[in-house]
Amino acid sequence: MVKKKKKAKKVKKADLTIHFMPYSEIAHEDTIPRIKKLMGLVLESRIVILQGKLRPEEETRLIENSMTLIGNIKGFQGIEIATVSNEGEDHSLFNRIRHNIARILVGEQDAITIIGPATVVKEMKQDPKKIELMLNRR
Amino acid sequence: MIKIIRNFAKRLFSGVFKKRGEVKLGFYGSPNAGKTSLANAICQDWLGEDLGTVSKVPHETREVQVKEKVVLQKDGKKVEFKLIDTPGIATKIDFEDFLKFGLKKKEAQERAKEATQGIIESIKWLDDMDAVIVLIDASINPYSQVNITILGNLAARKIPVLVVANKMDLKKSDIKKVRGAFPEYEVVGISAKTKNNLEEFYEELFKLIKKAK
Repeated sequence: MVKKKKKAKKVKKADLTIHFMPYSEIAHEDTIPRIKKLMGLVLESRIVILQGKLRPEEETRLIENSMTLIGNIKGFQGIEIATVSNEGEDHSLFNRIRHNIARILVGEQDAITIIGPATVVKEMKQDPKKIELMLNRR
Repeated sequence: MIKIIRNFAKRLFSGVFKKRGEVKLGFYGSPNAGKTSLANAICQDWLGEDLGTVSKVPHETREVQVKEKVVLQKDGKKVEFKLIDTPGIATKIDFEDFLKFGLKKKEAQERAKEATQGIIESIKWLDDMDAVIVLIDASINPYSQVNITILGNLAARKIPVLVVANKMDLKKSDIKKVRGAFPEYEVVGISAKTKNNLEEFYEELFKLIKKAK
């Protein structure tokens, strides 16, 4: 009996995509559209590099949203998120006032936020000055 | 109009209850930071009973646990609060992580599902807290986005916070790293497991509850 040799299926691996999002793209959005936009990209397995940062309540909303999707979207395990900013480097009153005025005028642009799906990003190591991304082997 | 009246009534009643001394004290942090261990230590010291179970497996606490009327008395001072232990907040959950701890696939999947719901519940409770203890595992990098997000949310809501660096009984624990990561907060180093330095913690807890009143 001749055994049929099974042809090894070549699984096409999706390319790693990094999406840079300027702050202007979310500057005039409310919380829900902002979260939707970011989650939409993350669900496409993209790593989003956002100029600026989300408000604290938006970060928790993003986490809540991710938790809701785990179990409802096949293979989705949540997100990795990290923010680096120079906020808090100089605690002098003048600099705090200057920073707050800038934030009111142009938003939270003085930071970088990285958001990626946990299936792609294994870990994000961060300290106040840098973020290191450890990716899962594909 | 009804909404405005309802909100006014809610604020009025919450104000009245707050004046009566019912401070809601929340325990927040990442999974396995030692929230339930510390909550148990407090409950053992002042009520003579445990609050919840602790485990090496992450996400052991998957539902908010409340202990009504915890009373602390020290040097003629007395504070009373409602202790609220919350599930650890994480940004990702993979049921396969639980398999490493010997759980069966079905148990692991169920735990993961409950853990996601627990995280949502923890976040929802943030609005109700009068004061919060943020537990940080001092044996690992304290500068995690979960810790930053929790502290950022509490600052935005103007909720008084005490940062507790836990697991100080471990050799690799470093309170300086915790203080360095969050210089704007008061940090107390303890070991909830060995009950080391709980005296200093209780001193700071008195101050925190007073701030919340």
